[in-house]
Amino acid sequence: MSDLDQFRQETRAWLEANCPEAMRQPVTGFEDIYNGGRVPEIDHPDQKVWCDRMAEKGWTVPHWPKEYGGGGLSADEVKVLRQEMSRIGARQALDSFGISMLGPALLQFGTQEQKLEHLPPICRGEIRWCQGYSEPNAGSDLASLATRAEDKGDHYLINGQKVWTSYADKADWIFCLVRTDNTGTKHEGISFVLFDMDQPGVEARPIKLISGSSPFCETFFDNARADKANLIGEEGKGWTIAKYLLTHEREMISGMGGAPKKSLGETAVELIGADEQGRLSNGILRQNLAQYQLDTVAFGATMARVGDEVKSGQGLGPASSIFKYYGTELNKRRNELNLAVGGEEALGWEGDAYQGGQVVRDWLRSKGNSIEGGTTEVQLNIVSKRVLGLPDA
Amino acid sequence: MALVLNEEQSMLKDAAAGFLAEKATVAHLRELRDSGDATGFSQDVWKEMADMGWAGIAIDEEFGGLGYGYTGLGLVLEQVGRNLSASPLQSSVLIGATIIAELGDQAQKEQFLPAIASGQSIVTLAIQEGAHHAPSQIATTAVAGGNGYVLNGSKRLVLDAHVADTFVVIARTSGEPGDTDGLSAFLVDAKADGVAIEQRSMVDNLNCGALTLNNVSVDASALLGSEGGAASGLNRTLDIANIGLASELLGVSTEAFERTVAYLKERKQFGQVIGSFQGLQHRAAELFAELELARSIVLKALQAIDSGDESLPVLASAAKAKLCEVAQRATNEGVQMHGGIGMTDEHEIGFFIKRARAAQHTFGDYNYHLDRFASLNGF
Ligand SMILES: Cc1cc2nc3c(=O)[nH]c(=O)nc-3n(C[C@H](O)[C@H](O)[C@H](O)COP(=O)(O)OP(=O)(O)OC[C@H]3O[C@@H](n4cnc5c(N)ncnc54)[C@H](O)[C@@H]3O)c2cc1C
Repeated sequence: MSDLDQFRQETRAWLEANCPEAMRQPVTGFEDIYNGGRVPEIDHPDQKVWCDRMAEKGWTVPHWPKEYGGGGLSADEVKVLRQEMSRIGARQALDSFGISMLGPALLQFGTQEQKLEHLPPICRGEIRWCQGYSEPNAGSDLASLATRAEDKGDHYLINGQKVWTSYADKADWIFCLVRTDNTGTKHEGISFVLFDMDQPGVEARPIKLISGSSPFCETFFDNARADKANLIGEEGKGWTIAKYLLTHEREMISGMGGAPKKSLGETAVELIGADEQGRLSNGILRQNLAQYQLDTVAFGATMARVGDEVKSGQGLGPASSIFKYYGTELNKRRNELNLAVGGEEALGWEGDAYQGGQVVRDWLRSKGNSIEGGTTEVQLNIVSKRVLGLPDA
Repeated sequence: MALVLNEEQSMLKDAAAGFLAEKATVAHLRELRDSGDATGFSQDVWKEMADMGWAGIAIDEEFGGLGYGYTGLGLVLEQVGRNLSASPLQSSVLIGATIIAELGDQAQKEQFLPAIASGQSIVTLAIQEGAHHAPSQIATTAVAGGNGYVLNGSKRLVLDAHVADTFVVIARTSGEPGDTDGLSAFLVDAKADGVAIEQRSMVDNLNCGALTLNNVSVDASALLGSEGGAASGLNRTLDIANIGLASELLGVSTEAFERTVAYLKERKQFGQVIGSFQGLQHRAAELFAELELARSIVLKALQAIDSGDESLPVLASAAKAKLCEVAQRATNEGVQMHGGIGMTDEHEIGFFIKRARAAQHTFGDYNYHLDRFASLNGF
């Protein structure tokens, strides 16, 4: 038996023995994903047990090194783990901005002390993070951010305002871009700092989204304090880290959505009808659905190709620059098609007849995918300038 | 007919714009939503609309209306779309009065049309049964019995169901779901025994509901039109309904577009207004072109109703399909070009994307009408 087969057998046995019954069901939506933290939003006992058991094996973040709380697994082993989890319908034990965004940046730019301090609590789901980038006047033009950090010897005093800070009201710590120097170009003088949200100088006010939930906040800093030990990289050199982290954020957002249980085409045939050959009776919708499905397959193949190119040592090709743009536009298309296929059933906002409006709320939320993490327009600017080499106007 | 408004129509349009921008705005819709208002629109504002004659715009003078025709009603509905004004104009005036005018006999018209025209009575159409608009897929039955008929079945997407006095229920007196023959229309009192009304909450926060008919007895005089012969009057009513909704969508799209262009001139990033980026300029200019096409097809379709043009079905599907397409694009661009603030409930642009999708899907969406447009054109 190969090592990988052996690993599969052991993994299967361990999951069978350790995954609580209630955790063997796919998540139903954003609200159903466990993000951990000091006071977890989901306080289902099995959820905690499941996260703890997985964390003990390092499998909440299986690809990170063991010394930081990860599982130290190879890419192939991670794949086996995912396959075995989906075999029994096991849900992800933990997901968070710590895992998808801050972790990769710390692994790349943090000191050994910083990694040892912050990564293990992320893996164990003890500390939940939020991202303090955008400000009212610094959105697409992120580098013009104005939140100030004043040098106070062993710490910084932070004053200013962030906006659209997702889960700032639920998070324990923030990774934050601040201005430590005003003298150079706007990209210089930006620093990347971490600090605890549980202090008097930090206030997060939730903002309601068009989908009805309030995942993001306005976040105010009034003499908030960040220890200098938590400055990542050099002072004034935060922009490079910020950008590196954004590539990981974009990867995460482009993968949002997930596969529905039944194909849209099947549902459409059920709700609208088919001709004698089984073709969806509405030819216009049929074409739209087919085009969407085709692009989804081609996009999936592109992601796989880029991944394989990286593995074979060819490096990250230019195709990766379209991921965020294409993935989010596809997800928005899918959500529009959900409405087209669902009809009246998809337009309900509340009540049992409409499963609490899940379809239409997801559709509204998907509109944010091409805005958060850098808008579609910003992504296309990057492709035209950096990849195609087109000059500025 | 010249594709321009006459003086009377221009005055009506201006009056509607002025009134609705003051009395029935997006802010009012938000208030109705947030207070969980049981009626879903302001009775006072509705009374004022009726006093100005809007509830009878397209109803003949003989029956207490203004006799301005559907072009006039369409102009008001466009302003309704711009302001997202909540009222029974769509359910009762655009659709309820129309089906009675199309199918009713003199006595039925005399009984119902003046009451609708004065705003006192709300009459709404109950047709759809499945998730999608499919006007011949009717399973609700009407069986002869007693002094008339007994109705059984269920309906959804019934506009203003919870405040209607009377439903026009489309039921089958013969044939199978899918047949056009055998469809009949019945006037059903909302308080009749066996009628259950469920108010439902939709994304646009306007009113619609579901209806269950459980052995509902109606008199023979409740039959609107001939037994089994509702299809042609019903189809004309649905064409008119879709043209009216297209007018409303024209208002929704135009307003979303103009607000977005205003934002492009105001919001600064990278030291300049975002409207100076050519990527956005061209998209706005393309949308402007589409909106001009949309405006023309809507006016052409409205005039076709009033002139009795034979190509009404084609024009109705053309107008609805085009406006579904343009409204989707205009409202999507509206959110996208506003960036983060466009995703917030506090900003009003989100109300437009919500109303647009609900109106798009009412009585057939883009896919339905483009497909029908192709079929009616013979391919
Ligand atoms: C759901 C959601 C969650 C978010 N979560 C977070 C978070 O956790 N932390 C955080 O820091 N931020 C977060 N954001 C903020 C997000 O990163 C910003 O909204 C985004 O970067 C856009 O900035 P803005 O909103 O200021 O829009 P603007 O930059 O004002 O953009 C407005 C419009 O102009 C366009 N535009 C701007 N510049 C150009 C150009 N040069 N060329 C062409 N078009 C241009 C934009 O693409 C957009 O369409 C979130 C946003 C959303 C919607």
